[in-house]
Amino acid sequence: MTEELHEVHLVVNGVPHDVAVPARRLLSDALRHDLGLTGTHVGCEHGVCGSCTVLLDGAPVRSCLLFAVTASGSAVTTVEGLTDADGSLGPVQQAFKDCHGLQCGFCTPGFLTTITAGLRDNPCPTHDEAREMIAGNLCRCTGYQNIVSAVERAAELIAGTGESV
Amino acid sequence: MTTRMFGESVARVEDDRFLRGTGRYVDDLGAGALQAAVLRSPHAHARIVDIDVSAVLDVDGVHAVFTYDDLQGPMAEPLPLLIPHPALTHGRTQYALAKDEVNHVGEAIAFVVADDRYLAEDAVDKIVVTYEFLPPVVGLAAARAAERLVHDDVPGNVAARLQQHVGDAPSAIAAAPHRLSLDLDIERSASTPMEGRGVLARWDTDSARMQVWTSTQTSTGVRAAVAAKLGLDLGQVDVITPDVGGGFGVKIVHPWPEELLVPLAARVLGEPVKFIEDRREHFISAAHERAQVQHVEVGFDDDGRLLGLDVEFWHDNGAYTPYGLIVPIITSTQLLGPYKPHNYRVTFESLYTNTVIVTPYRGAGRPQGVYAMERTMDAIAAYLGKDRAEVRAANFIQPDEFPYDHHLTFQDGRPLIYDSGDYPQLLDKITALIGWDGFEAERAEAAARGRRLGIGLACYVEGTGVGPYEGAHVHVETSGKVKVAIGLTTQGQGHQTAFAQIVADELGVPFESVEVVTGDTRRMPYAVGTFASRAAVMSGSAVQLAARKTKEKALRIAAEALEASVDDLEIVEGSVRVKGAPDSSIALGTVAVLSNPLRYAFDEASGAATQFSVGDPGKPPVADGEEPGLEAREFYSPERSTFAAGMHAVVVDIDPDTAEIEIVRYAVVHDCGNLINPMIVQGQIHGGVAQGVGGALYERMEYDEFGQLLNASFMDFLMPYVTEVPDGIEIDHLETPSPLNKLGIKGAGEAGVIPSAALFASAVEDAERLTPSGLAITAMPISPSQLFELRAQHRKDPS
Amino acid sequence: MKPAPFAYARPTDLASAVEALAGNADAKVLAGGQSLVPLLSMRLAAPAMLVDINRLPDLDHVTSDASGVRVGALARHAAVLADDEARRIQPLLALALANVAHATIRNRGTTVGSLVHADAAAEMPVVLCLLGGSVDVVGPRGRRTVAAADLFLGPLESSLAHDEIAVEAFFPALAAHTGVAFREVARRHGDYALCGVAGLVRLEGPRIAEARAGYLSVSDVPTVIDLTPALSSSESLSDEALAAAGELALAALDPQGDIHGTAAYRAQLVRALTARTLRAAYDDAGRRREQP
Repeated sequence: MTEELHEVHLVVNGVPHDVAVPARRLLSDALRHDLGLTGTHVGCEHGVCGSCTVLLDGAPVRSCLLFAVTASGSAVTTVEGLTDADGSLGPVQQAFKDCHGLQCGFCTPGFLTTITAGLRDNPCPTHDEAREMIAGNLCRCTGYQNIVSAVERAAELIAGTGESV
Repeated sequence: MTTRMFGESVARVEDDRFLRGTGRYVDDLGAGALQAAVLRSPHAHARIVDIDVSAVLDVDGVHAVFTYDDLQGPMAEPLPLLIPHPALTHGRTQYALAKDEVNHVGEAIAFVVADDRYLAEDAVDKIVVTYEFLPPVVGLAAARAAERLVHDDVPGNVAARLQQHVGDAPSAIAAAPHRLSLDLDIERSASTPMEGRGVLARWDTDSARMQVWTSTQTSTGVRAAVAAKLGLDLGQVDVITPDVGGGFGVKIVHPWPEELLVPLAARVLGEPVKFIEDRREHFISAAHERAQVQHVEVGFDDDGRLLGLDVEFWHDNGAYTPYGLIVPIITSTQLLGPYKPHNYRVTFESLYTNTVIVTPYRGAGRPQGVYAMERTMDAIAAYLGKDRAEVRAANFIQPDEFPYDHHLTFQDGRPLIYDSGDYPQLLDKITALIGWDGFEAERAEAAARGRRLGIGLACYVEGTGVGPYEGAHVHVETSGKVKVAIGLTTQGQGHQTAFAQIVADELGVPFESVEVVTGDTRRMPYAVGTFASRAAVMSGSAVQLAARKTKEKALRIAAEALEASVDDLEIVEGSVRVKGAPDSSIALGTVAVLSNPLRYAFDEASGAATQFSVGDPGKPPVADGEEPGLEAREFYSPERSTFAAGMHAVVVDIDPDTAEIEIVRYAVVHDCGNLINPMIVQGQIHGGVAQGVGGALYERMEYDEFGQLLNASFMDFLMPYVTEVPDGIEIDHLETPSPLNKLGIKGAGEAGVIPSAALFASAVEDAERLTPSGLAITAMPISPSQLFELRAQHRKDPS
Repeated sequence: MKPAPFAYARPTDLASAVEALAGNADAKVLAGGQSLVPLLSMRLAAPAMLVDINRLPDLDHVTSDASGVRVGALARHAAVLADDEARRIQPLLALALANVAHATIRNRGTTVGSLVHADAAAEMPVVLCLLGGSVDVVGPRGRRTVAAADLFLGPLESSLAHDEIAVEAFFPALAAHTGVAFREVARRHGDYALCGVAGLVRLEGPRIAEARAGYLSVSDVPTVIDLTPALSSSESLSDEALAAAGELALAALDPQGDIHGTAAYRAQLVRALTARTLRAAYDDAGRRREQP
């Protein structure tokens, strides 16, 4: 018995994709294995770690808790879509580099997408708001200290007040 | 002069690919490879009566299913016992697939390969195993009671018993003016990297070659194991470690069953095969650490000075002992920390239980040992009514006593000799940083608000940079680019940056022109692995030696080309030049061209090295004792480990009603010798502290009496989020160079996590004041619920 | 950890959704999926069919009037939390929602979904119970309104028939002279609570006319307890009265121990959080009286 396939249309980082997948294919797997966008990582597959966070029509969601077929018709932003148009690092990415906000890099894509949306909604977070912004993502390497700094640094970069490094 | 890179907080070169999502972790490789899933034992202890795979064979999309009966030759033998030890009299290891018996929930029984992981899991669900249940042994109490055995042929469940001593501890304790006796337990946690285990293998039938990509801390170890188990020559096997999503110890274990089964399946099927461990599997089929029951007898004088220390502990090694006795040996030796015990005896038993294996997790036995020693210091202070810092200071090894020989044998089989350090200065720094002296006023002020503040302090010494060796290969290409290969693997520590800094300095080239490759056996086949905070010390030193040798060769070649003496040359910004005459120079890339006498030019630059362009016709083109190419390979093999040290302090604020523990501030003073990249070292400390907070206050493996792990998910295994870690960690460094290597460095990777259990026990107890003398907190980690129960118990029995 | 295969329907009108559900006895509704998908991925649940209601029209509303707040089946927690009017009409909604998991989960999880999931450890069922709200459900037999008191039968068990879909929840408005509060203790921020309390205090003049609290994680079903008897005699909240309220609550609750906390500890949390929540609700009522 072969599983029924469903047509899924996704616009990922501005690029339209059409794939046919079984209903049970998780969005995280569809992005990684059907579309080859392996920047989105899978750390727990039960929605707790946040590594797989992508933006679904602009809002951060766990791509491991969504079926690709459910997301069909949506616009998805993954880490690959966060660089500036000229190919340079986007402000959140740059802030992570400036602040040593990553070590092994596995959880990083989920933080980057989450913070990108977070700063869009709240461009000038207080220190506590910067912590709250990343409160749903697990990192085992950094102890979060430099990620919080990176949120604050990214806010500066976006506001154009950051000193160049 | 070029700016020296060593010691600078250089931004990491690895970041760009990670930030763009173009890193390459093992599951990002091998698109279209077949995928494996593993049938794992649902029972902690059972005999396998029958495995029926018939329902799987005809399933669409399933390519193969393996059970023990499909394994042959060395694959049918138990997995290697990686680190034998004479005291490990009853070492046992598992089979790649369970033979007749399973000894923990999660042990691999069958291996299915299918088109994708969904189908592989469907197939696993269709395999029917008939078990005969055996009574499980769970927890150290059951293991010691030995009413049931994990392995029929291991009496008392005892894998090993080891004793070391210096002086006569029992007599010294008996004669001491004061004596205390303490029981100190610690529970299981685990490395828990964000990326689990994963392996991809490709068998090339045409060239009879096996290529394996695995998320490991030792690619050379995996290579040797794959070759031995699959009956291949070493030269037929390449192991490449791609980007690794964290290790923290668990990935030093090898070969995991899947690291053998995936290559086996790839060869059998003639197609690439991949296994990506999921999170539940990581909890039940990787490794844990920490669980020990520890008993301390101590004798001391009126100043709190140790006169004799007698420690006995029981180590839960889980179902098998692939990694030998490393963890308990580290506990037994590193327990001593910065102190002089005068008379010391330590005895441990390593015991089997029907639970996941125990192998090193960041800290590796040190957190348990430090917990035992530091709780002892706290107990002595409480008993004598002295300040906790003062009692510690009374026992320190003094700066003029280095090298300090404990007359014990360390985990590497070598004498436990501390190379350098300054513990009194560390103590001064940490007490200043946390505000130790002014704390009572702070406590009183908080008490007036109805809050309970407590302060804690913990000290440790960490043996780092253990041998046997690491190597490095440095190659200057004709473009002037410098390619560096080291054999050990990297999991986020910034090795590609830190080692490029060393090479840039040593060779005199721009940092940007150096590229470091790690953990690829094609590039560096001789290596040991990444563990024991050894990468910077071992590979860093090897990289320095190889760069120096490369430089010497470059100078010899350039001296001839520039008609100058080697002594008059220097390398600056990638060019060899005559000192004081910068116009007389030759680019390092050109030196590379000249280093390789050619018959055939392949581009304009290489023409300079062809036979009619260069060379003295009266001499051989390659001089005696030289080799073609501007490259060098060197190895670093130190006589013994180098010892880093540190002290942590914390202030906690505890809710009198709910027993919730909040961290007010956290301070670290750390001495890992000279710092290659302070930013990276700071990041290592941050991460270690967070893991330490997890291990002290949140994480524990909750087994029930049947050996089921009740919290095998991120829902219930409570790794800290940002909301659980300190908001800010104050860090100060002391740099006491190691005399054992030219860079003067010591390891830093594990430090942050080592003192946490001791530290939080001390701080929580200080806040709670549960007992006027003696210790109330004798089991870690501690949760609010456990603290609440401890309060209730104390109310009933204020002993 | 991949879900077992299932048939999939994605109806675009409610009648078809009900029909699809009625046509397969082992079908389940998929809305936000934040509780369901982990169960599927761990293969702790393997329904034969999922009826994905995310394409149903007109169900993502959050509408408020003087009577209360109506939340459609496809309104995400985040939308309810961000709705200023809802916050004004019934402030307890936002106070509780801020404790529901993490923001990213709230972006996808639905408030109505979390109600019919009927988890006694979740925040929104107890809020619905405390406020005396209701859920509208549609099935083959038409539409009916289920009062909160009749909705929760047992652990993860609601009174909805298999072929019924919850389409809207109704949270009554905050009554005059009333204050509300929400407190919980979880092991980590964002985790399921070890104990949580939603409190409501109504004043008549300086006197406490009504004090009730809803409890999560300390009983099989969301439980609301009338604490008025413990408090009505006093004009201000004394520690003694609050302690009595805690004991009154405990008499009606049945905290169980698990790996995260003993039964005794959870009982202690009932005491501590009852006091804190009632005091906060009392202060809230006082503030509202000052600033009508």
